[in-house]
Amino acid sequence: MTFAEIQKRAAAEWAKLQSSPDPRILVGAGTCGKAAGAGAVLQAIDEALRKHNAKATVIQVGCMGLCYAEPMIGIIKPGRPQIIYGSVQPETATQLIADYVVGDNPRADLALGYIGDDRIDGIPNLFDLPVLKPQVRLVLRNCGLIDPENIDHYIANGGYSGLAKALGMSPEEIIEEIKRSGLRGRGGAGFPTGQKWEFCRRAPGSEKYIVCNADEGDPGAFMNRSLLEGDPHSVLEGMVIGAYAIGANHGYIYCRAEYPLALERLRVALKQMEDYGLIGENILGSGFNFHIKIKEGAGAFVCGEETALLASIEGKRGMPRPRPPFPAISGLWGKPTNINNVETWANAALILQKGADWYAQYGTERSKGTKTFALVGKVERTGLIEVPLGITLRQIIYDIGGGILKGKKFKAVQTGGPSGGCLPASLLDSPVDYESLTAAGSIMGSGGMIVADEDTCMVDLTKYFLTFTQAESCGKCPPCRVGTRQMLDILTGIVEGRGKPGDIEQLERIAMTVKRGSLCGLGQTAPNPVLTTLRYFRDEYEAHINQKRCPALVCKELIAFYILPDKCQGCMICLRNCPVEAIKGGRRLIHVIDQSKCIKCGTCLDVCPTRFSAVVKVSGEHVEVPSQPVPVQKEEKGSEG
Amino acid sequence: MSDELAQIVAEYGGEKGALIPILQKVQERYGYLSQEAIARIAKLCRMSESEVFGVASFYAQFYFTRRGRHTIKVCLGTACHVRGGERILEEVKRELGVESGGTTDDNRFSLERVACFGSCALAPVVVIDKDVYGRMSVSKAKEVLNQYQ
Repeated sequence: MTFAEIQKRAAAEWAKLQSSPDPRILVGAGTCGKAAGAGAVLQAIDEALRKHNAKATVIQVGCMGLCYAEPMIGIIKPGRPQIIYGSVQPETATQLIADYVVGDNPRADLALGYIGDDRIDGIPNLFDLPVLKPQVRLVLRNCGLIDPENIDHYIANGGYSGLAKALGMSPEEIIEEIKRSGLRGRGGAGFPTGQKWEFCRRAPGSEKYIVCNADEGDPGAFMNRSLLEGDPHSVLEGMVIGAYAIGANHGYIYCRAEYPLALERLRVALKQMEDYGLIGENILGSGFNFHIKIKEGAGAFVCGEETALLASIEGKRGMPRPRPPFPAISGLWGKPTNINNVETWANAALILQKGADWYAQYGTERSKGTKTFALVGKVERTGLIEVPLGITLRQIIYDIGGGILKGKKFKAVQTGGPSGGCLPASLLDSPVDYESLTAAGSIMGSGGMIVADEDTCMVDLTKYFLTFTQAESCGKCPPCRVGTRQMLDILTGIVEGRGKPGDIEQLERIAMTVKRGSLCGLGQTAPNPVLTTLRYFRDEYEAHINQKRCPALVCKELIAFYILPDKCQGCMICLRNCPVEAIKGGRRLIHVIDQSKCIKCGTCLDVCPTRFSAVVKVSGEHVEVPSQPVPVQKEEKGSEG
Repeated sequence: MSDELAQIVAEYGGEKGALIPILQKVQERYGYLSQEAIARIAKLCRMSESEVFGVASFYAQFYFTRRGRHTIKVCLGTACHVRGGERILEEVKRELGVESGGTTDDNRFSLERVACFGSCALAPVVVIDKDVYGRMSVSKAKEVLNQYQ
């Protein structure tokens, strides 16, 4: 089949689906959707359709990125725009089938928005919602809208036209196009992609490799997973284009084993590519051969570092090695190898489909295009977002994310995972681009963006990151192996109330040594959380060390729970719920917490009825309470909860 | 067992870099990598036992002792951390009387802490076997555990 024939066939398939007399129901069934209960929703839809004897095509799609509203479903009736419903419970799904699929009431009260040109009364355009309006969805354009297991859907929406175009160009022309687009590595470091391809293209040797780095290990990041689950072909198309430009006949996708659905979607996609002659021998009759193998990672964060990743593909311990030689000269099995992140490959495909000039209209002077972020933590609307580079942190957190959860106060935003830094409120208006984030002490990273509010302790968060990097340090070079351990020891002492004068200066010295002396990216960036929190949140360190106080009331050794005698009504709810029986009291007796038994789990604070609010959490303060339960003095204001 | 092992190794037909996929397959089949399995794989791949064990022990995915019927993974990724994943881990530990990395005496559960499932928007997350539970709380965690016997 020629590509024109493939396109014709895909377009016919897509048109058939669009003009089908049956309604279509799209169910977001990515990992997030499933975790939120999409399985039960699918079941409810099936049962309801059967009950009403109604016909509809049910398609499982990837994630639209509105994770806060999962599980989501979309319903398309013939000749009508698609209506998206959020936070769908099985009962809601049953209702929607009866009311809208069988009946004709679109249930505007349950709808999030519509997608399409025609308007529907009472329902906003989905892309006008505050969460989507500032977004520019290029890489994620298909996620949630096409069937990721149907290659025709991808092709009918412009897919593989970039590859078809590339095969008619010379490799040098392709590299020039990528260079002109300004695309930089989306794995985090931001190296210009075209230049990277060119190094590998020019490296001597006839046997070359390309690798897709899908070892998304940053805790708090899931951009690559979502893209692979929602639109795997966009990544694969980029890889074939890159292989052709570089002159590689073999490629690997190194993907985390923790992503079973992404792996499955890749396997299905590769099989479909084979059937259409988009991979294998003589791709689209061009004479170019290219094969892809999937390698499942085995759980080692350091394998996100390119030389460690290559060692792992070779079947060895995933330890990094000094560079040079760079993988572009000597990589997999000593051959020239080009490694790019999932999102970089998907961008490359898009650039070939739509042209470098079109792509370069997005972004800033030095950071072109868009970037996906996993916006998580203490924001109202968590999700996977895609924004043009240059947007401010404030726009992302407040406009898209809807601000801080429960109206609390913003404290910090963490970008770049364990390799990045924590930025304070004073930097909320700085633009998100490679240079600005680096200047602030953080990095772009692969796209994790974790928001912390006033209830987050920055020293504890830093200790959390160091616990992670210390455990993941491969141990090859001493600055990282010993340094992360030393930093973690000091941080543990500080959060446990054993901090002493000089700790801060000591941390700074070790951090700089680890940064300068480590062999690979893991060690060189591991001190970033320490350095940025010392720069922006030094007062919190000082409170822990000098006053043995945790201002955010997080660090267990520095906080205490008390039951206020003037508020306790002796209802016994906390007493019954305390997992360690640390609360003494009885009916109509003021309860007392035995501080020596208390494990500071906070259950008493959670369960104390809000009309009493008798439990308080304090740090560095003393609260006057009786030593033994005494009778409640006042009249009970309400009945027992 | 050794026939099956030979078969698994043979599937990769001496392919370069196949050791990790072989170990993954063997673990998938037996639940963990026993000492004798490692010895046998080493022989079949013409490597030393220490080399095979060196690779296997580098990666968090591989186990060297028998596992419980169900595996609970409590996520302590950053998003889960700031949303209370640690408290859930504490509760699960107390409920089961087992430390992370351990297996209950009745062999019902193995407990692990992991560093991110990529379901951060639903934090805190607990995964039991292949089922993902999002937006967990201490009380929900207890309920969920009861569904697995």
